[in-house]
Amino acid sequence: MSDTTQSGPVLAADGTPLKRSLARALRMQKIRALMLVAPLLLFVLITFILPIGDMLFRSVENQIVSDTLPRTVVALREWDANSGEAPDEAVYAALAEDLKIAAAAKLHTRVGSRLNYEKPGISSMFRKAGRKVKKWDVENGGPFKEQFIAIHEGWGDPDAWRTIQTYSPNFTNGYFLNAADLQKGAEGAEWRPEDEQIYWVLFKRTMFMSMVITISCIILAYPVAWILANLPARSANMLMILVLLPFWTSLLVRTSAWKVMLQQQGVINETLVWLGLVADESRLVMINNQFGTIVAMTHILLPFMILPMYSVMQTIQPTYLRAAKSLGATNWTAFWRVYFPQSVPGIGAGSILVFILSIGYYITPELVGGTKGVFISNRIAFHISSSLNWGLAAALGAILLAVVLVLYWAYDKIVGIDNVKLG
Amino acid sequence: MADVSNGDAFVEFERVQKSYDGENLVVKDLNLSMPKGEFLTMLGPSGSGKTTCLMMLAGFETATHGDIRLGGTSINNIPPHKRGIGMVFQNYALFPHMTIAENLSFPLEVRKMGKSDREAKVMRALDMVEMGAFGGRRPAQLSGGQQQRIALARALVFEPELVLMDEPLGALDKQLREKMQFEITHLAHRLGITVVYVTHDQTEALTMSDRVAVFDDGRIQQLAPPDKLYEEPQNSFVAQFIGENNTLEGVVKEISNGVALVQLDDGGLIDAKPINVSKAGERTRVSIRPERVEYNKDRMPEGAHTLKAEVLEFIYMGDIFRTRLRVAGKDDFFVKTRNAPDQVRLKPGQEIEIGWLAEDCRALDA
Repeated sequence: MSDTTQSGPVLAADGTPLKRSLARALRMQKIRALMLVAPLLLFVLITFILPIGDMLFRSVENQIVSDTLPRTVVALREWDANSGEAPDEAVYAALAEDLKIAAAAKLHTRVGSRLNYEKPGISSMFRKAGRKVKKWDVENGGPFKEQFIAIHEGWGDPDAWRTIQTYSPNFTNGYFLNAADLQKGAEGAEWRPEDEQIYWVLFKRTMFMSMVITISCIILAYPVAWILANLPARSANMLMILVLLPFWTSLLVRTSAWKVMLQQQGVINETLVWLGLVADESRLVMINNQFGTIVAMTHILLPFMILPMYSVMQTIQPTYLRAAKSLGATNWTAFWRVYFPQSVPGIGAGSILVFILSIGYYITPELVGGTKGVFISNRIAFHISSSLNWGLAAALGAILLAVVLVLYWAYDKIVGIDNVKLG
Repeated sequence: MADVSNGDAFVEFERVQKSYDGENLVVKDLNLSMPKGEFLTMLGPSGSGKTTCLMMLAGFETATHGDIRLGGTSINNIPPHKRGIGMVFQNYALFPHMTIAENLSFPLEVRKMGKSDREAKVMRALDMVEMGAFGGRRPAQLSGGQQQRIALARALVFEPELVLMDEPLGALDKQLREKMQFEITHLAHRLGITVVYVTHDQTEALTMSDRVAVFDDGRIQQLAPPDKLYEEPQNSFVAQFIGENNTLEGVVKEISNGVALVQLDDGGLIDAKPINVSKAGERTRVSIRPERVEYNKDRMPEGAHTLKAEVLEFIYMGDIFRTRLRVAGKDDFFVKTRNAPDQVRLKPGQEIEIGWLAEDCRALDA
C-alpha cells in the first residue's frame, strides 16, 4: 500500500508510472478495436463525410469566373459599378483576350450559365460573343467595346457587368442568398421581387408539413405501440409483422397505391360517390396537393414512430399503473402522471426520426405532391439534375442540414438527448 | 361502515372463485374473514392462488364468483382507485420519473390535498421509515432496502386502513430481509393497520404474522396462528410446506384412546396421533418434526414404539446437530438436536433406536 501514500505518481511493480504501463497494456486492445471498425469508418468517410464536405464546399465555391476570365476580373476591379456606365475599353480588351482562350477550350458557355443563375440573359451574351471572338485578332482588332455591344446589347448594360464583378471572387455567398430568396443589389443583400420568392415558401412548407406528419404519426402510433407493448408475446409478434409489413413493400408501390386510393377517379372518391355522400361533379381533391403528401408520408413513416415508442413502452412495467391506481389515481391520472412521462423518450426518439426523415423526403412528395405539396428536397433535386445549378442545390442542402442540427440542438436543450431511446 | 355482517370482520372473502381461462379455477371456493388490525399472511408455493387473491382484494382482478367485502361493504364493483387500500409491490413500483417526495405526495395530490398538508404528511411518512433526508432523490439512487422503505411509506402515507403487500422483501438479501421483517411488523402494530401479506417464504410468514393462511391448489389448506400451524398441521401438505418434516407411509392398524397404531410399509410399528384418519385399514402418511425425534434411551418415553435406524451422516451446524438416518427404507430422515454439553454425537454407520411421543407424530392424509 506504500504506492498510494507517497505523493508522486503511482508506480507499477517494475517502477514505471502506472498510467503509462496501463496505456501500454491497453494499446493492443485499442488497435484491435480500431481494426474492427476500420471498414465501416472508411465506408462512412468515403460515402458520407466526403460528399457532405464537397457539397458544403460547392455552396460557396465560385472559382469559375476568375479561372476563365482572369484578365477581365483584374481589369474590372477599377470599375465603379454605381457609375451607371459600362466599363471602359481596357475591360473589353481583357474580355476579348479571355474569351478567345475560353472559347478555344469551349469553357465560355460554362461561365455564361454560371452567371446566368444570377442574372438571366448573360448565358446568351457569352454564347454569342464566344462564337465571334474566335475569329477576332485580339492584338490589333480593337477597340472592342462597340464590337461586343454589336454582338449582344447586354454587353453595354452596367447591370450585367455588375454581376460579373460581384461574382469574380473565388468564394461567394451568392448561392446562400439565392437560397434564402435574397440577391445582391446595389446596397448589398436585398429581397428578390415577391413573385420570384420560392425557397422561403418551400422551406416554410417543408417545416410545416413535416411537423404535421410528425404529429399525425405520434397520434396514430401511440395507441398501436401501447397495444403492442401490452399484448402477450404471441399476439404482439403477429401485430408486429403487420407493422413491419410496409418495410417489405417498395416505397414506390406504396406511394402509387395512395395515388390509386386518393385520385379523383380513385377508390375513395368512387366509394363516396356511390354512397351518395359526395356529388359526382364535386369529387374531393385529395392528391397532388398537401393533403395527399401528408397522408402518404404519414403512412410511410409510421413504423419509424411505432418502433421506438414500442421499445420504450415495453420497458414500462404494468405495475406502475397498478401502483398509481392503488394510490388513488383514476385511469386517466394514472396514465397521464405515471405512464405518459415514462413514454416520452419513445415519443422523442420517434419524432426526431420521423421529422428528420420527412424534411428530406423526396420520392413521395414528387409523386403525390403536385405543385402545392412538394418539399425543398424536390427543388434540390431539380437543381441537381435539371437546372444543373449545383451550387444553389448545395446551399439549399446546407441550409436544410443546419436546420436539422439546430432542431436537434433545441431538442437536446428541451427534452435532453439522453432521454431518447431507440431500443 | 354500516351493516357489518360478521361481528368484527373487516376483510371478508365469501365463496370466492377465480378463473382466467374459463376452464381451470385458480382460486377455488375461498372463504376468509379477518378482524381489524390483524396481520395475515397468505403463504403458498407459486401458482397456489395467493397473489390472485391479493389482486382481487386490491381490485386488479375481478372475482369470477363470490363476494369480497371490506368493512361490511361489498367491493366487487368498486374500482381499485376508490378502494383506499395501500399496496406494496414486489418490485416496489416507485415511479422512476418522480423524486421520493413526489412519489409520496402522489396519493395525496390525487386526493386533492393542499400543498402544506401534503408536505407535512410526506415528511412524517419519511421520518416514520427513517428516510427523512432522502426526499429529493430519485428511486434509482436508492439501494434496494431504501426503496423498500419508500414503497412502504408511500403505501401508508394516505393512511389506509388496509395495506396489501405482495412479496415485498423478495428482492432483498437475507440480513436486510430479516431486519425489514421486524420493522414492518412493528410499524403495522404501532399504526394499528390491517395487513394482508403474500409470501412464499415460510420463515417470513411465521415470524411476522398473527395468522397464516397456507394456500395450495387454489384453496386455503390451513388458517391458523404460526405456532399452531407448525405444531399442528392439518394435512400433509401443510406439514411438508411449513418447516422441516419427516414423513413415513403406512396403514392404520387400530385406533384406541386417541392413539393410532400405524404399520409402516416395511413392517415397523409406530404410534401416532390420528388427525386425518378415522378407522383401521386407511392409508396414512405420518409426519414428525426432526427436533421431536428422540434417540437417547434414557429420555425415550415410556412404552413408545421404536424403530431401528442407521446413521448415514452427521452434520455439525453450530447451534444444532443435524443427523441423517435411514429409517424404514428411506434415507432422508433427519434428526435435529441441540448442541448441549451432554448431547450424544452420532457417528455414521452407527445403529440406533428412535422413538417419540405419540402426540408429536401426526397421522395425516396419504
